[in-house]
Amino acid sequence: MKLDAQIPSGPIEKKWDSHKFNTKLVNPNNKRKFDILVVGTGLAGASAAASLGELGYNVKVFCLQDTPRRAHSIAAQGGINAAKNYPNDGDSVWRLFHDTIKGGDYRAREANVYRLAQISNQIIDHCAAIGVPFGREYGGLLSTRSFGGAQVSRTFYTRGQTGQQLLLGAYSAMMRQAAAGTVKIYPRREMADIVISNGRARGITVRNLVTGELENYSGHAVLLCTGGYANVFYLSTNAALCNVSAAWAAYKKGAGLANPCFTQIHPTCIPRSGEHQSKLTLMSESLRNDGRIWVPKTKGDKRHANEIPEGERDYFLERRYPAFGNLVPRDIASRASKAMIDEGRGVGPTGLSVYLDFRDSIKRKGEDKIREEYGNLFDMYHQITDENGYKVPMRIYPASHYTMGGLWVDYNLMTTVPGLFALGEANFSDHGANRLGASALMQGLADGFFVIPATIGGYLGGSKFEPVNATAAEFKAGESAVKNKLNKLLAIKGKKTPTEFHRQLGNVMWNDCGMGRTETTLKKALKKIPEIREEFWTNLALPGTSMEMNQTLEKAFKVADFLEFSELLVKDALERKESCGAHFREESVTPEGEARRDDANFSHAAVWEYKGEGKEPALNKEPLVFENIKIAERNYK
Amino acid sequence: MNNSKHFNVTIRVWRQSGPDEQGRMVPYEVKDISPDMSFLEMIDVLNENLIKKNEQPITVESDCREGICGCCGLVVNGEVHGPDEHSTVCQLHMRRFKDGDIITVEPWRVRSFPIIKDLAVDRSALDRIIQAGGYISVNTGAAPDANSIPVNKDNAEEAMDSAACIGCGACVAACPNGAAMLFTGAKISQLALLPQGEPEKQTRALNMVAAMDCEKFGNCSNEYECEAVCPKDIKVSNIARMNREFMLANLFSKH
Ligand SMILES: Cc1cc2nc3c(=O)[nH]c(=O)nc-3n(C[C@H](O)[C@H](O)[C@H](O)COP(=O)(O)OP(=O)(O)OC[C@H]3O[C@@H](n4cnc5c(N)ncnc54)[C@H](O)[C@@H]3O)c2cc1C
Repeated sequence: MKLDAQIPSGPIEKKWDSHKFNTKLVNPNNKRKFDILVVGTGLAGASAAASLGELGYNVKVFCLQDTPRRAHSIAAQGGINAAKNYPNDGDSVWRLFHDTIKGGDYRAREANVYRLAQISNQIIDHCAAIGVPFGREYGGLLSTRSFGGAQVSRTFYTRGQTGQQLLLGAYSAMMRQAAAGTVKIYPRREMADIVISNGRARGITVRNLVTGELENYSGHAVLLCTGGYANVFYLSTNAALCNVSAAWAAYKKGAGLANPCFTQIHPTCIPRSGEHQSKLTLMSESLRNDGRIWVPKTKGDKRHANEIPEGERDYFLERRYPAFGNLVPRDIASRASKAMIDEGRGVGPTGLSVYLDFRDSIKRKGEDKIREEYGNLFDMYHQITDENGYKVPMRIYPASHYTMGGLWVDYNLMTTVPGLFALGEANFSDHGANRLGASALMQGLADGFFVIPATIGGYLGGSKFEPVNATAAEFKAGESAVKNKLNKLLAIKGKKTPTEFHRQLGNVMWNDCGMGRTETTLKKALKKIPEIREEFWTNLALPGTSMEMNQTLEKAFKVADFLEFSELLVKDALERKESCGAHFREESVTPEGEARRDDANFSHAAVWEYKGEGKEPALNKEPLVFENIKIAERNYK
Repeated sequence: MNNSKHFNVTIRVWRQSGPDEQGRMVPYEVKDISPDMSFLEMIDVLNENLIKKNEQPITVESDCREGICGCCGLVVNGEVHGPDEHSTVCQLHMRRFKDGDIITVEPWRVRSFPIIKDLAVDRSALDRIIQAGGYISVNTGAAPDANSIPVNKDNAEEAMDSAACIGCGACVAACPNGAAMLFTGAKISQLALLPQGEPEKQTRALNMVAAMDCEKFGNCSNEYECEAVCPKDIKVSNIARMNREFMLANLFSKH
């Protein structure tokens, strides 16, 4: 596998501009002759479809839900970063670039991250122009808040519903193109395979989720904007439909999959209440602006939180990281909470949570002010737990939340398969080993609104395309492979539901490859996963047929892929013998117990290559070169 | 957290195998429910049992399970999104019910939202209303600095109140006339309240209202049911604003 990141030469500040200048353009009249297939309508997919449609390309866009507006991005709460420096607190493109590289523990590509920081400001401008009702100050200008891993206030927001408003903005821009005829929307479709013809991605096979029919679509480029795979842990903050299947199909068709072990555990989620639990609900990171995290100083203190006096509380983040306090990055906050719980100082009925306490900020600012800023989050907390967060501290626990790993892409967002691109959470590009809060929305929109419209022309304009249509042999072959897989699933007629297998896999992943990983636990996982997979293929219960709406079949399809992908994730975790960002190998720690990187051996992206069914995948490495940022131990003290 | 004992309920669910098939209510017993379960988790438990018996589970749509994606939408005991105020049915918890309860569960019943299967309906008509004008026509890359256009904070907040719509269709399901006025009014209001949306105000109102009619949604007869069931507390004042914008557009539009 050849990994050429296509990073433009020249000083980092000029790379993006000079790249745009040097990239081939497609003549405006020719654009409509190119068919572009966009899979996914989250921030990345909807913004890509909209902007490519505006340019005049012929776009077809696909999603699982009944309407594009329901993509998982809708659930993002806290905000979106940009280096506007409106608060005059010392922010700059350079600082956002620096914070993101450091936040990712020096495992991201400099050129991409710098570009992201540059584009961040344009995103806010564009979103305000298309009607996103950002939070504002009395003077009418935009308001910002602080997020983890930053000492400036650069996070723009729309109450606790930033993802919703940004997605509805991108969706409306896409609907405008639907009205203009440049974008055609195919909801309730699951991409099941990618069609390669003469070495290029030329189409997709999708299953119509209403009729069960398999449909083929051909095009000149395929954009996977299919989100992240945090649901490999079964319980996560992600929506139920989030999956790895599209990325996995790409991997099997030759796309390198990078750093799958970089998975983020979010520190502030509502703890689970029982076996029946189907998802975990996030309490936005923005709450850490005003909430203080603590546990009792003594083990097994069973007193009510409000009865524990100040002197007997351990505000462990403030104690261990005085410079950033409660606003340390997520991986650090999660591990610190886990350490407290492991010491036996966790709280709540199960002992599996820590307090997030608003008492002091309510005293300082008043309950009304806190309600104004976070009211919907307090309501959500109350709805789920039946507890009043204004009166008693919330209880929180870390949960699987986001995946930094994903399809390897070059500077143009193209995977190792020509014509196959990956945008948003589906790619691996910008967050290294840990993503900072409010940076995923920024990346999704940067990729879709600004990067792909500039880079796709280079591919389309610089390639010779043979005519391909959806009845070609390659499509028929892809279609029958999908049919076989569906039939195989339906023929098992066993006893265990797809959800039971998923939950079983999730337990293994969480326990053996979760917040802390060791060689022993990872090897254990590598033994257990194939066992679960084998049972899945012999004992799956799956009623109904493939030619109808069949949600159990959809679920089984996704779980089958998780059961293969998870093994690669664990292999990657085993291979990376260092700790970095969210990937914490307990063997590799500093004397203070912090993650210890091993730059001499692991300053690279690990890119996995599919070698065929039953064969060991090959590991390729993209070395990371830091020319602009001095590598240092990540310090938030 | 409610630690009281687990309990049993009976749910009577609308089963319909396809758009053109005859549907009917079917009772199921669901045992050993924890009060901390969400309503949809209770249905999960039932579905898991059905799958194990090789019976078709109940088709029910949901995705985020935290009240923001707008996927879920059920009529529970005759109430759209169930008994809780300002919440979606995925936010409803079983602590609202007690042992022995009989709970009826039905899909949205609206002419413009045909049933696909069981509790899943087709709400694509709402997308077509947005497509008719629920946007601001600005191409990517053309925008001025975000702070170059100040927006009065009150207007921004009010626009956000309208923008909070999750497109679930509850307002339509609750309306005796099957009107989509609250949905459409909310989008028209959001964009009319912002200076960025001003230039297209008139065409937007005309086109979106026309699309609404074309999708065979009913008319408003001031029942206020929509506001009462809206999980995001969107007010009927949005309908008044829509009517005003529509009227002004009819009077003054050059289109
Ligand atoms: C609760 C929560 C809160 C968050 N808050 C923030 C925040 O405040 N700030 C921030 O920056 N980030 C936040 N994030 C992260 C952020 O929301 C996501 O990373 C981001 O929205 C992902 O966008 P996306 O476009 O890449 O993918 P998604 O929004 O996940 O969209 C994926 C799309 O792909 C489609 N799809 C998937 N598989 C297939 C398939 N096989 N066939 C067809 N279609 C398919 C889906 O239907 C969907 O349309 C949050 C995440 C969570 C879970």
